Amino acid sequence: MAQISQDNRGLRLVVRYTVLCLIAAIFSFPLIFMIISSLKPSSQLLADAHSFRALLPVGDISLQNYFDAFKRAPVALFVFNSVLVTGVTVIASLALCSAAAFAFTFVHWKGRDLALTVILATLIVPFETIAIPLLLESSKLPWIGAGGITWGWLNSYRVQIVPFIADGLTIYLFVQYFKDLPAELIEAARVEGASWFAIYRRIVMPLSGPVLATAAILKFLAMYNQYLWPIMVTQEEQYRPVMVGLQYFFQLNRAWGEIMAYLSLITVPVLAFYLYLQKAFIASIASTGVKG
Amino acid sequence: MKHLKWSVAAVALIGWGTLASATETLTMWYHGAGNEVESKIINQIITDFNASQADYAVELQSFPQAAYNDSVTAGALAGNLPDILDVDGPNMPNWAWAGYMQPLTIDESKIATFLPGTKGMYNGKLYSIGLWDAAISLVTRKSTLEALSLRTPTLEQPWTAEEFEAALKAAKDSGKYKYALDLGMAWKGEWYPYAFSPFLQSFGGDIVDRTTYASAEGALNGDAAQAWGKWWQHLFTDGYAQADQDGADRDNGFGAGEYAFSWNGNWAALGALKAFDDTLFLPAPDFGKGPKIGAASWQFGVSAKSAHPEGAAKFIEFALQDKYLADFSNGIGLIPATPSAAALVDNYKEGGPLAVFFGLSNAQGTLRPVTPGYVVQAKVFEKAANDIAHGANVAATLDAAVDEIDADITKNNGYAAQ
Repeated sequence: MAQISQDNRGLRLVVRYTVLCLIAAIFSFPLIFMIISSLKPSSQLLADAHSFRALLPVGDISLQNYFDAFKRAPVALFVFNSVLVTGVTVIASLALCSAAAFAFTFVHWKGRDLALTVILATLIVPFETIAIPLLLESSKLPWIGAGGITWGWLNSYRVQIVPFIADGLTIYLFVQYFKDLPAELIEAARVEGASWFAIYRRIVMPLSGPVLATAAILKFLAMYNQYLWPIMVTQEEQYRPVMVGLQYFFQLNRAWGEIMAYLSLITVPVLAFYLYLQKAFIASIASTGVKG
Repeated sequence: MKHLKWSVAAVALIGWGTLASATETLTMWYHGAGNEVESKIINQIITDFNASQADYAVELQSFPQAAYNDSVTAGALAGNLPDILDVDGPNMPNWAWAGYMQPLTIDESKIATFLPGTKGMYNGKLYSIGLWDAAISLVTRKSTLEALSLRTPTLEQPWTAEEFEAALKAAKDSGKYKYALDLGMAWKGEWYPYAFSPFLQSFGGDIVDRTTYASAEGALNGDAAQAWGKWWQHLFTDGYAQADQDGADRDNGFGAGEYAFSWNGNWAALGALKAFDDTLFLPAPDFGKGPKIGAASWQFGVSAKSAHPEGAAKFIEFALQDKYLADFSNGIGLIPATPSAAALVDNYKEGGPLAVFFGLSNAQGTLRPVTPGYVVQAKVFEKAANDIAHGANVAATLDAAVDEIDADITKNNGYAAQ
């Protein structure tokens, strides 16, 4: 009897790991294909596309596509722009949205529930529907800089950052997470005379690692993959992000090897960011049930 | 004396300042970002123009082609258009109608010899002019025609519908090819109206009734259009062509011998010549109303908001020199706009390997509907052609397409002048 149970356990493990390996393979195939293809000339890449050779570093392997990609487009500039815009937006968004969520969760004020409902309602409004009004507005906003007051935010980093700092989804994530924090902690701090800001900074935020990671990853992906808004507001090359830069490679005769090289390059920051926050992200999914 | 010296210096400074500020900056948007050759040529033209006179200095901002139209639309909405724009030929009427562009005032004697497809005319006025055109041909091999015992069609005597059908059947029956015909179904978007609506026009139909541009009724669902739809569908149901094509097959299929014939543009011609030394570029077949191919490529025009339209026109006129037309053709393989420029290009001069495309463009080039509604009609046609290729009922699909086009025309008040 014990032998049968042992065998069943072994079989279950084999099946489980087979399924997991299969899923891992399905998810990693595109990445492997992209990286391997970035090392092959376009003609070989296309010829290998229908066979297993597509996933193997065989044939004429070199870094030429990477050199050519840097010649075709200012790749470093695009990556810098995206990392800057994404980084600033993520940090500002975490600060602002967590503070807003704190106010919605712990502070009692008139109209709080209605305000939260309105903010959550914005989740169902697709960005495409507000893109044009936002463009018209952004093109007329004032800005005070070194040269005094200027009008219009087009062709700048701020036009890619400011409209995306606050958003309903990030606030919602924080609200959901804050609701699960022990209310006694907050009450005790209030009794001790702590200010709301001190509670937010010294008690709530230190306990919010998982939700910070989740919100950061979701925001990072959304910002890093921005395409529609940047093509509307960045007519000057110096402000363009990576996804607009990708279009530089889609010419009449497409250089697929260069496209794969560029995609490999721009995927690096995303993977690095995800790997850095992976543990906290998984902990957050486990605790809140929110999927990225 | 001292005061006099200071006065002279001040006057000189003011004079210099006035002279310096007399150079007006003209901004220009171009769709060629990412194309090193194209960027080099356009930058050379700008450098030459800026050095040739002191009134204007052109500053270039390049965009990737796929993002260009959206950027221009956004720029127009935000009141942020440049002085000089480039525009894809069939989109020009929409941009003119929408108030993005103004008529182009250049000496028309300078464009008298330009290919018809390079002149962007709308409502009787010139709005844009192209330095090149593009053309499509039926690419095959001499050895293929010989093996299948087919006549070599010429510009004067293209294949008839029956001859084309016989050619496809012979290729299919030979069993040597994956498909007889590569239509480029892997390419989407503008390729459909550019490459396939000329078949419809050769049948006698059209995307819209060009006599009024007020409806597609009869043009896109009349007898001729129905005949086109049935012919188009049979290409796929009878196995002559594939309705879904892999991008790799489009790029490499003809060179790999998978297709007997390939419907492709002159931009891919050098690759085909490299693949086979007996490559032939055949004219479009005549389905009854004459052989037709698409015409009009990217062109230069002046934005409606330009404060210096005369300067913008001056730049465009400067760019129309044969040497620049030849540079673009040498660089990106497109057809030079004039015979004199073609004579400067090895590929397009008489006897050149691509000279046939100049003749094709001149003889068979047909503009897509010259109406602001084209931008919508192109998408409707693309969907209809794609649905029919995938087995949709021809009559119902074309009727639905007509309804959609007519509804758009009505919604926009017939695209009357704004």
